[in-house]
Amino acid sequence: MPLNKIVKTELLGPEVKLFEITAPRIAKKRKAGQFIILRVDDHGERIPLTIADADAEKGTITVIVQGLGATSKRFLQKEAGDIVWDLAGPLGKPTHIEKRGLVIAVSGGVGTAVAMPIAAASKKAGNTVYSIIGARTKELVILEKEMTERTDKIFITTDDGSYGRKGLVTDQLKSLLDDGIIPDELVAIGPLPMMRAVSELTRSYNIPTVVSLNSIMIDGTGMCGGCRATVDGKTVFVCVDGPEFDGHKVDFAELGRRQKAYLEQEKQSMEAFSHQCRLEVKAKKLKIETA
Amino acid sequence: MENNLPNRERLKIKRQPMPEQDPIIRAANFNEVNLGFSKEAALQEALRCLQCPKPTCIEGCPVNIKIPEFINLIVKEDFAGAVAKIKEDNSLPAVCGRVCPQEEQCEAKCILDKRFEAVSIGRLERFVADWERESGQFQVPEKAPETGRKIAIIGSGPSGLACATDLAIMGHDVTVFEALHEFGGVLVYGIPEFRLPKHILKVEIDNLKNLGVKFVKNFIAGRIATLNELFTEGFEAIFVGVGAGLPWFMNIPGENLNGVYSANEFLTRVNLMRAYDFPNWDTPIQIGKNVAVIGGGNTAMDAVRTAKRLGAKRAMIFYRRSEAEMPARIEEVHHAKEEGVEFHTLVSPIRYEGDENGWVKKAVSVRMELGEPDASGRRRPVLIPDSEFEMEIDQVVVAIGNGSNPIIGQTTPDLTLNSWGNIVVEESSGKTSKRGVFAGGDIVTGGATVILAMGAGRKAAKAIQKYLENNEW
Repeated sequence: MPLNKIVKTELLGPEVKLFEITAPRIAKKRKAGQFIILRVDDHGERIPLTIADADAEKGTITVIVQGLGATSKRFLQKEAGDIVWDLAGPLGKPTHIEKRGLVIAVSGGVGTAVAMPIAAASKKAGNTVYSIIGARTKELVILEKEMTERTDKIFITTDDGSYGRKGLVTDQLKSLLDDGIIPDELVAIGPLPMMRAVSELTRSYNIPTVVSLNSIMIDGTGMCGGCRATVDGKTVFVCVDGPEFDGHKVDFAELGRRQKAYLEQEKQSMEAFSHQCRLEVKAKKLKIETA
Repeated sequence: MENNLPNRERLKIKRQPMPEQDPIIRAANFNEVNLGFSKEAALQEALRCLQCPKPTCIEGCPVNIKIPEFINLIVKEDFAGAVAKIKEDNSLPAVCGRVCPQEEQCEAKCILDKRFEAVSIGRLERFVADWERESGQFQVPEKAPETGRKIAIIGSGPSGLACATDLAIMGHDVTVFEALHEFGGVLVYGIPEFRLPKHILKVEIDNLKNLGVKFVKNFIAGRIATLNELFTEGFEAIFVGVGAGLPWFMNIPGENLNGVYSANEFLTRVNLMRAYDFPNWDTPIQIGKNVAVIGGGNTAMDAVRTAKRLGAKRAMIFYRRSEAEMPARIEEVHHAKEEGVEFHTLVSPIRYEGDENGWVKKAVSVRMELGEPDASGRRRPVLIPDSEFEMEIDQVVVAIGNGSNPIIGQTTPDLTLNSWGNIVVEESSGKTSKRGVFAGGDIVTGGATVILAMGAGRKAAKAIQKYLENNEW
């Protein structure tokens, strides 16, 4: 089977799509917590994506993509049978997994795709694993079924109350902690404000808290340094020193600012992308009319 | 052309100038600055070589190109012969003719250098290499019969390409593994188009493919396959040429503000990812108006000239010593000045300050003076007390060097590294502490030159050949 071929896609929610891609070597080698970098096409950015799942026998890996910028939106247009131009990995240090007792995996948005393999590996290592999945609204809750299969207990929260408990993941976590359910480790993966809020909450309980950082990067091998973050007062490179760090020591405010470094350019490239789409629609219409 | 011209006549010929793009025009484009010798200029320049019976220039070349011989072939207008002569020792003359610091190497040893001006060896090398490419008359080197022995080269930069060439000519089955999505290593992500056009590199890589070398991209050796796994897959020897890695920062306050780049990131975005053509290409880069590039090496010059081309009003070098101590090539410094780059020497930033959104807005620096020479032989910069001053800037590019890439080390526990993370090798052979594994280039030496890396690759190729023959470590 050709490398980098998309064998399956599944729309998980609006602008959120799952891709299963042939990458036999990576499928065999990857461990929970690791990521790949891919380029959708010749002009595409190198985008880092956590490996959500892998099938070593089939030789495929699964990634979940949210359409945010021009590159990822073009990616969402890909279907089974298409090829992605470049795919490299596995990158980053694997999650340190050991038997601790109770592990709670808190995830928000597409962060659930990252949390899933870690939760699964924790469970496999003999831990009791609870999962808390949060989303803005019902249709943005992803991987509920998969997470339910891989963990002991699952809690869902939505900001608007359209599904599960109304509120934030931290509300659910607070309830558990108030009930005396204190995990031996907590893994928080999702948007920065969420990871920050969870880390703040667990700090007072002294619960070891691991967060998986998603910073802007190019090569993913330590060469560019674009992904740097401050952890425990020191500069780290997320790609080779991470992506997982102690949530109580991460400078979230700085990371939040760094993630916004290209907002202006992203707008510009989205405009170019929408323009392109409109042109394609026009061209199609024209074809139909002339036919 | 007259080949037995008396020396006194040769000495009368002036060193031929390199035709260049006009500085004002080129400061706004990414096309190559140096345009290359015309045939006439090359013939004139070649005549300047005195054909010394004991040529010292050859000693100055890290790969000992037979310089007077190739120049003599140019005089005879046998350009194909001249390229072939260079290629006996250097497989990438079009690259080296452009980026080698000849003024510190072969040309520094040229007998004419003292009283007259050195022969432009590099420009002649470039001329014949360009002639070969443009004429399309590539000679595929004669290969030894196929041995069927598999060798893995990790990294497609200068050392890996040189090693691969020699091993392929010896008849071996060579595969080059590259982590990025294009081949060439620093030649593609680091050195800008205006110094080394990418199409030139592409032709060189195509030539290697024609020679039978296999190229695999997107292959993160160490992670996707450890060195031991490559051995299990049938590779009998491995050459590690993964280059420099983690960029250094100064560890001063404000270095993680938005708008502060490592030179690696800045150049990779522009060169490898074509950010200069955003949004046609997806990868963006921030366009700075007042850009401070920290450092005085070739990478700093590449970065500052790139910033200028992207549209900076003020593209500035901040260097803590004086211009005389700058490690950059004289030609690069000269070109940068012509293009309007400002040089702030004896200046060292101590912190950056940002706005409320975390964007860098100001560099606070101190002034230095030169003290006693340090271990590098260069005069040490000493802080002038109470010399703090501020400058408004909106972009910083830190170009003060690189550490080593950690991935091979992290995943190969039995490979001995030094305290900086560089791979320890036996210098004459590139042999590492691990049987069957050789290394060379920046991963061994730390940041150095293209030609030194190529030299290391060639040395390792010889040692690999020997190892395959006698299986001794």
